[in-house]
Amino acid sequence: MLENYFPILVFLSIGTAIGVVLIGLGLVLGRLLGHARPDSEKQSPYECGFEAFEDARMKFDVRYYLVAILFIIFDLEIAFLFPWAVVLDEIGMAGFWAMMIFLGVLVVGFIYEWRKGALEWE
Amino acid sequence: MAQISNMMLLLPEIILLGFACLILVVDTFSTDPDHRITYVLSQLALVITISLVFYLHTGATALAFGDVFISDPMSSALKAMIALYGLVLFLYSFEYLTKQGWVKGEYFVLGLFAILGTMVLVSAYSMITVYLGLELLSLSLYAMVAMNRDSASASEAAMKYFVLGALASGMLLYGISILYGITGTFQLNELNQQILQHSEQTGLLVFAMVFIIVGIAFKLGAVPFHMWVPDVYQGAPTAVTMFVGSIPKIAAFAMAMRLLVNGLEPLMTNWQTILIILAVLSMGIGNITAIAQSNIKRLLAYSTIAHIGFLLLGIIAGSQQGYAASMFYVITYALMSMGAFGVVILLSRKDFESDLLEDLKGLSDRNPWFAFIMLILMFSLAGVPPFVGFWAKWFVLKELVASGFIWVAAAAVFFAIIGAFYYLRIIKLMYFDKADETPALEATAQMQVVLSLNGIALLIIGLSPGLLMALCLSSLL
Amino acid sequence: MADNMESIYIAIVLSPLVASIIAGLFGKAIGRSGAHWVTIIGVGISSILSLIAYKHIIFDGGDIFNGAVYQWLISGGISLEVGFLVDRLTVTMMVVVSFVSWMIHIYTIGYMHDDPGYQRFFSYISLFTFSMLMLVMSNNFMQLFFGWEAVGLVSYLLIGFWYKRESAIFANLKAFLVNRVGDFGFILGIAAILMAFNTLDYWEVFNRAPVQGDVTISLFQGYEWSLMTVICISLFIGAMGKSAQFPLHVWLPDSMEGPTPISALIHAATMVTAGIFMVARMSPLFELSETALNFILIIGAITAFFMGLLGLVQNDIKRVIAYSTLSQLGYMTVALGASAYAAAIFHLVTHAFFKALLFLAAGAVIIVLHHEQDIRKMGGLYKYMPITWLTCLIGALALIGFPGFSGFFSKDAIIEAVHLSTLPAADFAYYAVMTGVVITALYTFRLFFLVFHGKERMDKETWSHLHEAPAVIWVPLSVLAVPSFIIGFFLVGPMLFSEYFADAIYVAPAHNVLAEMGQEYHGIFGFIHHAFKQPPVYLAFVGLFLAWLFYIRLPDLPKKIAGLLQPLYFVLVKKYGMDEFNQIVFAGGVRRIGNFLWDIGDVKFIDGLFVNGSALSVQWFSGVVRKLQSGYLYHYAFAMIFALLLLIFFFVHN
Repeated sequence: MLENYFPILVFLSIGTAIGVVLIGLGLVLGRLLGHARPDSEKQSPYECGFEAFEDARMKFDVRYYLVAILFIIFDLEIAFLFPWAVVLDEIGMAGFWAMMIFLGVLVVGFIYEWRKGALEWE
Repeated sequence: MAQISNMMLLLPEIILLGFACLILVVDTFSTDPDHRITYVLSQLALVITISLVFYLHTGATALAFGDVFISDPMSSALKAMIALYGLVLFLYSFEYLTKQGWVKGEYFVLGLFAILGTMVLVSAYSMITVYLGLELLSLSLYAMVAMNRDSASASEAAMKYFVLGALASGMLLYGISILYGITGTFQLNELNQQILQHSEQTGLLVFAMVFIIVGIAFKLGAVPFHMWVPDVYQGAPTAVTMFVGSIPKIAAFAMAMRLLVNGLEPLMTNWQTILIILAVLSMGIGNITAIAQSNIKRLLAYSTIAHIGFLLLGIIAGSQQGYAASMFYVITYALMSMGAFGVVILLSRKDFESDLLEDLKGLSDRNPWFAFIMLILMFSLAGVPPFVGFWAKWFVLKELVASGFIWVAAAAVFFAIIGAFYYLRIIKLMYFDKADETPALEATAQMQVVLSLNGIALLIIGLSPGLLMALCLSSLL
Repeated sequence: MADNMESIYIAIVLSPLVASIIAGLFGKAIGRSGAHWVTIIGVGISSILSLIAYKHIIFDGGDIFNGAVYQWLISGGISLEVGFLVDRLTVTMMVVVSFVSWMIHIYTIGYMHDDPGYQRFFSYISLFTFSMLMLVMSNNFMQLFFGWEAVGLVSYLLIGFWYKRESAIFANLKAFLVNRVGDFGFILGIAAILMAFNTLDYWEVFNRAPVQGDVTISLFQGYEWSLMTVICISLFIGAMGKSAQFPLHVWLPDSMEGPTPISALIHAATMVTAGIFMVARMSPLFELSETALNFILIIGAITAFFMGLLGLVQNDIKRVIAYSTLSQLGYMTVALGASAYAAAIFHLVTHAFFKALLFLAAGAVIIVLHHEQDIRKMGGLYKYMPITWLTCLIGALALIGFPGFSGFFSKDAIIEAVHLSTLPAADFAYYAVMTGVVITALYTFRLFFLVFHGKERMDKETWSHLHEAPAVIWVPLSVLAVPSFIIGFFLVGPMLFSEYFADAIYVAPAHNVLAEMGQEYHGIFGFIHHAFKQPPVYLAFVGLFLAWLFYIRLPDLPKKIAGLLQPLYFVLVKKYGMDEFNQIVFAGGVRRIGNFLWDIGDVKFIDGLFVNGSALSVQWFSGVVRKLQSGYLYHYAFAMIFALLLLIFFFVHN
């Protein structure tokens, strides 16, 4: 029975070999070709521009809220669009127009936020 | 599958929505600091809505939009009233905003959306539609309350309103979900049937009903779900307070009618008892606390709470005549409330809200005519014959007694008498006290005309209350 | 004809009302002469139509009218309506009332000439005429009460006509309050009638009254009262107030504060006779209760005698006549008590004429003397005012019952009737009215002699302006003088001893003293001849002689007598202390009760406990609510959820 898994063992072996070779090559070449100048910024873990470990009640720019809220609206719009697209042939023209009206209302909102300058960072 | 039929019945709502969207866009392109075009278009939208409501009014009852929307005489009458009051509200508001120097297009757009929400609520025939209308109305109002960003009190009021409103909507939604769980339907008429078949689960049904009543009571501002009312009334700009104090009350009345009467009628004896408690508490606390107020807007907030208690009495009566009396009450109350805030707006100046009782001192010397209008308003609110407020109370009490709730009626009369005190005190301030300062009133001609008509309308309806009462009765029978 | 008569009756009542409204509301527009013209025409129409009605009923034997002209309301099966009962009694009263009123209207033009309230005055007296006619012509107790109260109201307005005078305000308040006492009894009587008969229509009540004769009711636990006695005494208490019978007479002398014509109007012809008329009208009821009749006799006799005595010591010309009126009303009441209703009405008619005459004559004197009313400052006026003197003499002779004058017939009939009455109280009443004759003659001629004869005691200024009264004053005097003199001749026979009143007045056979007198009646001269065999005539002569002796022959004598009888004189001047008694006991007592109630009931209980107490509790309560209304969002949310839980806890079961 185990022979059925043999191709997988081959895959694993080859993969491991290639990995070891490439990483080893990279390390060797990097050590040989590059120069190492580490600092604290470079050595800290990266997390979306925030400190990895700090107080959760931190201050951040209020403009993020606006962007986030606008993002949610259009995110939800897409969430609506998927099921709509799947059953579009069943719900017919009424369904089509209903979504068009929905999108139309969203567009109005979009025009509003655009004109009001909500999309400009500065 | 739900059938999309009878779309014509939704025409007023659809047109209003279209206008609201259009006005939103137009407003962003307008450079006029007064936003006059927005104002004019909003008024036009309301005029067209009223015409459509009249045009579509047949006196028959019809369902639309997969039976979640109903058009019946009550909805037509209330919608016409709401849109008409919207016209007047916008006029007062525009005057106020212009005076205060911060006219915003959003005010009118949000106002239109709130009116749209009210109209949806009035025509709701499914619990989901009720919720949809309610949220559209509430969210618009939250934003309107917060509209004056420079005012700390307005922001605070909006915050409280929003959080508590969310809490109340959550409760309402919870109640709706339990009902759906028991009966398997959102449709109000089917709900009615299903409750009869699930009588063994009365306990659970009442449990759900309590949550729904909390949602309604919050919207109405009935004690003990009234805590937001005074803070919001006082904190919000007067124009918004006026809005919050008039049209949403009609909406809440409609909501109570749809949910309790159309949907939960088999549980009437249960909700009657709860409403009696809410009504008596509202009349008591509203009237007594109002006496201690020195701010007109806060005073009117407690006055609203007391009036809501009275409004509930007609629903408690549990008869068609009782509902009609409540409808009469809410229609006339909204008119009185608008007039009272209208006077506050009339007296306000730039950076001066004129919302203290002291500011009314000696109004009869400053302007006898508007002191007289305010006199009518106060007498009417206090329920002095022959003004319309008397008839509103009279009809409600009559039906209450006819249904056998004599002690509740007696309590209502008792609290109404206590309530008369603070209305009369306002009249005393206007007529018997000397004004500290007497700047001239700033008001446009149309403001003066409409406010005068508002006051006189109360007098005229008061002199022949039969017409409006006949309308209310025919809406419900 | 009946239809015509109905519209005539309506016109009789309405024309003074219309005139009054025009003069009252549009007084400024129509001016002074407009006001007197419109009211005089209005009352004139009433008078002439009354005469037509009189002729229709009395001479042509027309049908008695009894019917409703307007239905006011129906409540609990009782119909309240405006209706007229016009029979022989009514038409007699109508003629007297409207005719005397008319004369007074004319006279008022002269008397009130300079008064700023000219139009108002005419409006009042026309309204008074209207009220009185409504009272007299009513066919039900409700309208009777309306007229009764309306008359009271106008009399209040008239007594207080000069509303800037403090004494006038005091007097009209007094009249109003004292009348309220009487009216309270009156309305109790009406209520008792409604309770017993369930209708307020005269004829229905009269027809069914005999059945109720023996019914008793229990007013207090264990004490049974005859129903008819209760009703009759209650009604008579009303009459005591309106007709100023002892002890409710105190308002009448004070009512002289009104302008003289009103005094005349109120006293002579109208208001005070309302009580007399009412009792006569209710004769079918009063005849059923001997207790009530005895009560009436005693009250009447007391009034007739003791009020006459007071006339002796008064010095104000109008007050002397006022006390004389009281005394004469006592005579009428005595006649009622003796069941001689016709005699009472007869005296009422004659008295109306001669008393109006006397009042107007007094008014003429007062106006000529520039509003001087003290008789000690008059004298010898006969030289300057011969017409007034003559007419006044006629009035005085009529008043004392000088043979041949109108008062003679009526008063003599009353005395004779009392003499014949078999009621227990009749003896007392007989002696009282007999002595009263002397007193009447004495005070009447005291007045007459002091005013028109003897020394001229007025001051020089006034003396130099003495003259005869103007025509608008002396014409009514002359017109009234004629009937004062002769009316007795024409009326004594028909009114007393024939079927003049027919069914309008009912007398029980056992009480029918007039029928007894009628058997010995053989014409007017027979009557006069008969009178000379009786003491009253001689007593009148005695009084007349004494007056002559005291005030012409020996003017110093009265003072000496007064000095000798100091205590009696003092009692009389103090009017038996009735005013002081009322002032201290009733007014003071009521004030003390009022103060007590004000202090304990109002200040401490109502203001303290209810008003301030409730205000305090409201304040406390709103303080509590304010604390709850903390402004904290989480408090609010907590309140909502807590309330939700409470509702679930209390309402969700099983």
